[in-house]
Amino acid sequence: MSGERGALVLDRAQIVRQATADPLFPPLDLSIAPGEIVTIMGPSGCGKSTLLSWISGWLSPAFQACGDVRLGGESLLSLPPERRQLGLLLQDPLLFPHLSVGGNLAFGLPADVKGRAVRAQKVRETLVEAELAGFEDRHPDTLSGGQKARVALMRTLLSRPAAVLLDEPFAKLDEALRDRARHFVFDHVRRHRLPTLLVTHDPADATHAAQTHTHPERAVIRLGP
Amino acid sequence: MGCFAGLREVWRRGAADKSAERFCAPGLRGVPVLTLVIFLTPVGLGVLGTLLPAFGYFPALGGQDFHGEVWGRLWAQPGLAGAVRLSLVTGVGATVVSFALACGFLAAFHQRAWFARVQVFLTPLLAIPHVAVSVGLLFILAPSGWIVRFLSPWATGWQVPPDLVTVQDPWGLSLVLALVLKETPYLIVTGCALLPQLRPSVRMRVAASLGYRPCAGWFKVVFPDFYRLMRLPLVAVLVFSLSVVDMALIIGPGTPPPLSVLVLRWYLEPDLSFRFVAAAGGLLQLGLVLAVLGGWFLLVRLCQGVGDLTSGRRRVMERACPLWAAVALGLLGGLAVLSLAGLGVWSFARRWSYPQIVPDRLTFQTWVNHSGHLLDVGVTTVVIALAASGLALVLSLGCLELEKQRHRGRTGRSLLLLYLPLLVPQVTFLFGAQVCLMMVGLAGTWLGVIWLHLVFVLPYVFLSLAEAYRQQDHRYGQIALSLGRSRWAAFVRVRVPLLLRPLCFALALGFAVSVAQYLPTLLAGAGRLTTLATETVALASGGNRRVVAVVTLVYSILPLLVFGLALVIPTLCSQHRKGGRRL
Repeated sequence: MSGERGALVLDRAQIVRQATADPLFPPLDLSIAPGEIVTIMGPSGCGKSTLLSWISGWLSPAFQACGDVRLGGESLLSLPPERRQLGLLLQDPLLFPHLSVGGNLAFGLPADVKGRAVRAQKVRETLVEAELAGFEDRHPDTLSGGQKARVALMRTLLSRPAAVLLDEPFAKLDEALRDRARHFVFDHVRRHRLPTLLVTHDPADATHAAQTHTHPERAVIRLGP
Repeated sequence: MGCFAGLREVWRRGAADKSAERFCAPGLRGVPVLTLVIFLTPVGLGVLGTLLPAFGYFPALGGQDFHGEVWGRLWAQPGLAGAVRLSLVTGVGATVVSFALACGFLAAFHQRAWFARVQVFLTPLLAIPHVAVSVGLLFILAPSGWIVRFLSPWATGWQVPPDLVTVQDPWGLSLVLALVLKETPYLIVTGCALLPQLRPSVRMRVAASLGYRPCAGWFKVVFPDFYRLMRLPLVAVLVFSLSVVDMALIIGPGTPPPLSVLVLRWYLEPDLSFRFVAAAGGLLQLGLVLAVLGGWFLLVRLCQGVGDLTSGRRRVMERACPLWAAVALGLLGGLAVLSLAGLGVWSFARRWSYPQIVPDRLTFQTWVNHSGHLLDVGVTTVVIALAASGLALVLSLGCLELEKQRHRGRTGRSLLLLYLPLLVPQVTFLFGAQVCLMMVGLAGTWLGVIWLHLVFVLPYVFLSLAEAYRQQDHRYGQIALSLGRSRWAAFVRVRVPLLLRPLCFALALGFAVSVAQYLPTLLAGAGRLTTLATETVALASGGNRRVVAVVTLVYSILPLLVFGLALVIPTLCSQHRKGGRRL
């Protein structure tokens, strides 16, 4: 399902607040190999989500960034967001409310999967994989938080990303669901060999993510004080 | 709007919710009923006053029985089929083009840094009345207008104004252009105001992370819900375009004219028996509007399956959409600027022979000669507009305050009720409303004109004020009460000053809407009260462009001035307060 391109690398990445010229954090060097998850932790306002916005091409004009972001050796900074091949999962699953669950998944499928029947079959297979068989025609509002998170991840994976950015994707789930969703997401990104950058407040996320890393001691980065 | 919803509930259940009512200010309880009576009586009685004569019943003119002969007379009127066809083509054409341009603009440019300022820039432009836009366009598109002068004789060889139909053309193209010029900014501004509800930037971010280009993303993940939000404003534009009178009188064709103008002609016929035909024509106009609305919604439903949102195509007109939107809107903007500039130059022109681009001589004479008359008409316009918008503001404030005290929210149905006068064609209910005004002795009076203006002003004032009022933190009022102030003092000294900016804006918007009213003024004023709207339309058909330009300029500038004041006054007040004024 993924479009593997190699490691996601941040080279001397730094973000500065335009108004005050203050850097949000010291220059950051980071390399995430395919199938590995690196976690960034830190207090609110330390620039975690802003860093993800910059990597994905949506940095607010209130900030300025320097350094480089590379994927498989190619710099992403000159590319518009839609050509960076970076799958994005946010706190809200953001399933499109004008489409059914099946429609949301089909929306992620690339156009080269041709034919209505073939696309529908692919959607059905994906729903089975997400343990949501038969949910094609359901409206996203009828799904639980955990089910929505699974559909959002599968939609992202169907679009064949080359890396995944996770911005506190489990924060709104309760304890039991969070553990299940975490396993589901981490298993999938590892199986698809996607370099993954996770931003979170939850130490449990970091602990689980570190298990995917060949050097667990380098799997967690703390920003801010 | 919750007040309307509240009133319906009271009607349905026959009793008010006593526990919620206990803490409401007693004076406010009657406001929703009063508002509904003032607001809906002219519409309801107006439709009835059109319906009865359409079936032969109008005792004052000898119609004692109900019969269908009126309809026979209506079908026999020359030019009726052409008028219906023209209304259909111009109304639907203008709406489709305006909506396509507005959507193209939003899809192509919503991610640009300057997009946030579009609303601020375009809103004052909306204050320029429809009639003024039509006159400005008439001047520059006419065979002796600026566009032909710019190209003559070097490019066209025309030494005299050509014998071409460039305005008031039989196909209604110039009318469509004038409507598009006015409605596109309205749809863009309304769209900008409604879009944040859909969190478009977040949706676009998700679409981009799935590989969708900006236009494809906008049309596939924002547009479907955006269209749902825009249905009511779009229907209001469609109804207006199908039944517009003032613009059609100026820039529309005359033989045959659109249906609405034909109906007005019948109504103004010296032979009073034509009032029956006019009433039937008014109902036909309503039928036409309902048929088009039905067709529109059917077409939208049929089209829903055609554009496959889940086909996986990541590009939709990524180059064409920004290009066409920029070209079309650039042309429209250029036409708007040229129209206003043309009016300005004509108002100071003494001698302006063809094909000179600028006048041979300039003079203030036209302004000086007409200043006295302009002052009279201007004062009448301002008094009516201030009274209508002021009343609308007071009623809206009463309804919103009661809604807040009852803790009731808005509903979709109550929104529909508020939009009602904008959804029923003016020619369908204003003739009937005029008859009602005559029966109670209010035709040709200030009160009658202000009342009919209020019907159109109130929806805009209410809608403009509602969001700011609902979002205001109610605890400010609670703190004032806890400090021993009366309800009235808490309202006037705390809540109102905090809402000064939206209040001024709502008042300016109501003022602009009132100033723009032509048909309500013509019918309720009964020739005894003249405003800048009726004066401009009456003069536009005459030959003296200098006089028309002077009156139209004043007519355009007046609402802009009031919008300017609405921006300045709150700023001055806040500076004054910062200087340490005691409350």
